[in-house]
Amino acid sequence: MFKHLLALSLAALTLGVAPITASAEPLTIRLDSPVIEPIPFALPAFTPETGGSEQLAADIARVVAEDLIGTGFFSQIPQSAYISQMSFGQEPAFADWRAINAQALISAAVLVSGDQIAVKFRLYDVFSGTEMGEGLQFAGTVPGWRRMAHKVADQVYSRITGEGGYFDTRVIFVAESGPKETRAKRLGIMDYDGANVQYLTDNGLVLAPRFSPTGDRVLYTSYESGSPRINVLDVASVGRQAIQTAPGEMSFSPRFSQDGGQVIYSLTNGGNSDIYRTDLASGQHSRLTDAPSIETAPSFSPDGSQIVFESDRSGTSQLYVMGAGGGEPQRISFGDGRYGTPVWSPRGDQIAFTKQNAGTFHIGVMRTDGSNERLLTSAGGTALDESPTWSPNGRVIMFFRETLGSNGGPNLWSVDISGRGLRQVPTAGFASDPSWGPLQR
Amino acid sequence: MKTLTKAALIVLALTTAACTRPDRLGNGADGTDPNALGQNGIDQSSLGGANDPTSPTYFSQTIGDRVLFVVDQSTLTAQGMATLDAQANWLGTNADYLAVIEGHADEQGTREYNVALGARRANAVREYLISKGVNASRIRTVSYGKERPLATCADETCYSQNRRAVTVISIGQLS
Repeated sequence: MFKHLLALSLAALTLGVAPITASAEPLTIRLDSPVIEPIPFALPAFTPETGGSEQLAADIARVVAEDLIGTGFFSQIPQSAYISQMSFGQEPAFADWRAINAQALISAAVLVSGDQIAVKFRLYDVFSGTEMGEGLQFAGTVPGWRRMAHKVADQVYSRITGEGGYFDTRVIFVAESGPKETRAKRLGIMDYDGANVQYLTDNGLVLAPRFSPTGDRVLYTSYESGSPRINVLDVASVGRQAIQTAPGEMSFSPRFSQDGGQVIYSLTNGGNSDIYRTDLASGQHSRLTDAPSIETAPSFSPDGSQIVFESDRSGTSQLYVMGAGGGEPQRISFGDGRYGTPVWSPRGDQIAFTKQNAGTFHIGVMRTDGSNERLLTSAGGTALDESPTWSPNGRVIMFFRETLGSNGGPNLWSVDISGRGLRQVPTAGFASDPSWGPLQR
Repeated sequence: MKTLTKAALIVLALTTAACTRPDRLGNGADGTDPNALGQNGIDQSSLGGANDPTSPTYFSQTIGDRVLFVVDQSTLTAQGMATLDAQANWLGTNADYLAVIEGHADEQGTREYNVALGARRANAVREYLISKGVNASRIRTVSYGKERPLATCADETCYSQNRRAVTVISIGQLS
């Protein structure tokens, strides 16, 4: 039953994309500017071009608006302020939209036929009175309607910011329930905004799932055998199996290489954890560190040439970078406090991390040489921030914030790397250890 | 005084063990749930009472099944070593028991780091027990990091209880 549902929703993901026409630009926002006014956009009711598509048209428009507003870089002008409405395909009455100070105008139409749905959209730069980029049509199945909204929002976001999109993505995470002493944990998968949740394992104890670069597999640590072991799960079939790691007692904290062919992880021998690499095709193992200290949380650079990890060899947890084959690591974190869970950004230029300083947990980013450290969050004295993961465009970080105490628990949050747009990702219950998947096709 | 009592108990343990089948664990009337020990894949059997020196309850309550650690450390304290001396003696006497050492950490650290730290702590206990004569094949270690706190408040009174290694004993296979 469960597998059937999953297959159904996956079938809905085969989207067709067809250009309508073309023209060009100047409305832009530079997301790294020190001060940014959100861009006001108008979103006239999407045109239902077939009978019975009114509700879907309204739902899709709502999700497009939520995606854009959630970035912190856009604001929606309420419908009540609109001077005129507009049907899809009409030439916009730019003067009416200028008068309410709209800068971007998003117009779309929705067509439904059986379980098939198509969304056509166009984006206009109100002040220059021109269309921005080409009109596009997305086609898919009705159960996948949210994806079509995310596709439209990704187009709007990319055309205006010049960045890649990230709304049509999924996140794998750990769903938690029950009392803190015996908390049950299972793998969940959801859209980036918390919608369409499915659970991939039964309740038990699992840690830190990590998507493969193509989003089809997930590495995670499971206690199913009575001891932490690395498993790999196929997202489509929900089939799972243990990874044959190098010999040792416990294996945990795995991550894929960018080509998905290798896994790096921590393995303990005699209680001492070091970092190892296993080639999935050949089953060959390499030991990458050899130190009596704790070495864990490895993450590949996107070009596969380097690995960042955490080690307490200096006496406290700090971040180190070494070559993908091991060798002498270079320490890159030198600020006050302790650093952990480094994650290389998909753009390759930054490393996100968890930092603990004077009892407070932060999520931060630094350049790959450790310079330009910036803290994006502060959990204060009543929570812990932990476990950053990058959006595929390298713009947004999702993490979990765990409130302390007997009734406390973790929730997912996201923040733009500018520090803007900090917000909670809605989940049905406690959720932790997010891993952000790739932009879907 | 303390050592005398302990020695007396060990003598008692030695004498009782000879005439007690180790798979029959006392009266079994205390209704304790074996799962409360955090065991996995281990056959259920009753735990006996705190006054039966061959019983798991005696092990966990009278001898003490856990040792505590300083922040970020896996070094055994003097008190911890005294507890482990008694554990080693008990395991020497009750030779059919196997031990799983669970290493734990407080929540002041990332999950990954704490799994590694718990592994260190569990191994420190394992090596100590081996040094006191317990056969290595009877001991398995597992780290729960900060995933299974014993106390859930958000200050040192709880954190100090959570930085622990617990010796969970059972008869049967090491899973």
